Amino acid sequence: MERILFGDNQFFAVNHISDEKSRAQSIKFKDDSAIIKTLDEARSLGINTFMCTTHDRIANICDIIRNDPQKYKDFKIYPCMPYAHKYANAVTELGIAGTLKQYVPGNFIGSMFKGGMAYLSKDFISIMELLIDAEMKMFKGINTPVVFLQNVITDLFLGLRAYDILIGFHDYVKKKYNAEAGFITMNMPKLLDVLEKGGVENPIICSSINKVGFRMSGGIEIYEETLRTRKLRAIAMQVLGGGAIHPKEAIEYVCGLPNIESILFGASSKANIQNTVDNIHLFDGVKA
Amino acid sequence: MIKVALIGAGKMGLSHLSILGAHPNVEVVGVCDTSKMVNDFLTKHGGFNCFTDYKKMIREAKPEAVVVAVPTKFHYPIIKDLLESNVHVFAEKPFCLTSVQGEELVKLAQKQGVVNQIGYHNKFIGTFSEVKKLVKSGVLGKIHHFVGESYGPVVIKAKQETWRSDPSEGGGCLLDYASHVIDLINDILSPVSSVEGSVLDSIYSNNVEDAVYSLLKLSDGVKGVLSVNWSDETYRKMSTTVTIIGTQGKIVSDANELKVFLKDTGSLTGYSTGWNVKYITDLTDQVDFYLRGEEYSAQLDYFVKAVAKTVPNTINTFQSAWYTDKAIELIKQSAK
Repeated sequence: MERILFGDNQFFAVNHISDEKSRAQSIKFKDDSAIIKTLDEARSLGINTFMCTTHDRIANICDIIRNDPQKYKDFKIYPCMPYAHKYANAVTELGIAGTLKQYVPGNFIGSMFKGGMAYLSKDFISIMELLIDAEMKMFKGINTPVVFLQNVITDLFLGLRAYDILIGFHDYVKKKYNAEAGFITMNMPKLLDVLEKGGVENPIICSSINKVGFRMSGGIEIYEETLRTRKLRAIAMQVLGGGAIHPKEAIEYVCGLPNIESILFGASSKANIQNTVDNIHLFDGVKA
Repeated sequence: MIKVALIGAGKMGLSHLSILGAHPNVEVVGVCDTSKMVNDFLTKHGGFNCFTDYKKMIREAKPEAVVVAVPTKFHYPIIKDLLESNVHVFAEKPFCLTSVQGEELVKLAQKQGVVNQIGYHNKFIGTFSEVKKLVKSGVLGKIHHFVGESYGPVVIKAKQETWRSDPSEGGGCLLDYASHVIDLINDILSPVSSVEGSVLDSIYSNNVEDAVYSLLKLSDGVKGVLSVNWSDETYRKMSTTVTIIGTQGKIVSDANELKVFLKDTGSLTGYSTGWNVKYITDLTDQVDFYLRGEEYSAQLDYFVKAVAKTVPNTINTFQSAWYTDKAIELIKQSAK
């Protein structure tokens, strides 16, 4: 993985500290061309990996990228699935069974309901695989070397102790897409335990890692300890702690930690992208 | 270890179950749901002991505490059964469909001496607890107005029919959505005592309101406005804001950002004269397991601790949720 990954929160009005900023972003990135412009700015600063949710609008971005293979020949996307709000809204409207009927392709669910039989473990794994396929459709023909499970889903299954679903995701992404599986989580040390026990070696885990311990469940000490002593390919996100830390100080902290393979961040303006990239290079250089 | 069971493994129930499943001091002894698919999944992948009859679950699994996350119309009979079995109860919001039912359960919970809590999770959000602290400190001077607002994209087209669109089952924007901000106002300021006028507006739904606009009077005489709309797709998810205006200052706060204007800070520390802005990142306590927001883990952790008697059972009690049920009733009456 590259050292710097570009995220997509700013494109979809995800802002963890301000509804006003979130609305401003919503207005700024109303048109797909504004998203592409920002991605091109990030590329011009050496960032060639875009880590994004499987939001409907990403399908349009993928079309633009596919239509210009020369321009985007080195460009990679790390899909993060699913776009949770889509399913959450559907569950509110249709219930859990109804949502699966709507989103699982083919007649798999329909035939299961008609059968009235007990559901077997392999049935749930099959449902998951069909959902992965549905989410991956928009990326056909695009380089997607790592495919992520979003934190709401990772952490939901983690708490429900449905560990074989997490392992199943890892195995299927590898088998079907010849890609590595990644996991986004707000509970990194706990997830690492589960993945290791399930036989996933050196897993790719993306989690909040920042100087103030924001969204580092269980506390910053156990995260630092895990990075020091365990085997994982860590991606640090929310490095600015939702804006609570001065950017330079925030990057200095993350660059100084052992075992952080990549840093994920998003920004709306070229100046802000440049600033973060410069800080990462600065503190990486200091460490080397 | 506290033995906990869940009744209702829908959207909120599964979220609660995941948090309980990861809680170091909780043993989940049973899950009850009517969906065969959900039960099969939880049995086969999570190793949970699943039931379709909650009474059987109570008898066999013998939980000390139960989390109830079923449609609101089932709250009254199920919670009553649980209280009579001397079980501690955490139930989803809103509490009951009528204030008469709620009053009976408040008394029964008191009589049985069990922990009782309702899932108004905003009380566990750092910005809103800071608002309460500021209001109680008196730094705003005499409070003369408030605005409580919630907007979100729940029903954004016609023809969405679920229990949430059936008023007799606890559906509608007033019960499902507005209840959150009413509950906050009740808690931060004082309970709603009368309603001067209300508009319940259906935008897309046939049977329930999608928006609520109301002029409320609180028991301390302060009047304010309630404006709630769950058919507003300019919001990505539910957004709740409270504005409180006093003679000495003003607060505007949502779940992420707290803005305070003060004429004079008095003895209050951490604030200065004029505008102050604080973010949730400064006001949130770390949780041990995070799923959808610190507040969801924090409220269940508080419940578990109350059962273990290490915290008092004072936040989101049945009594406080009853005030919200009562306010909902007053709003409905005033809209007729």
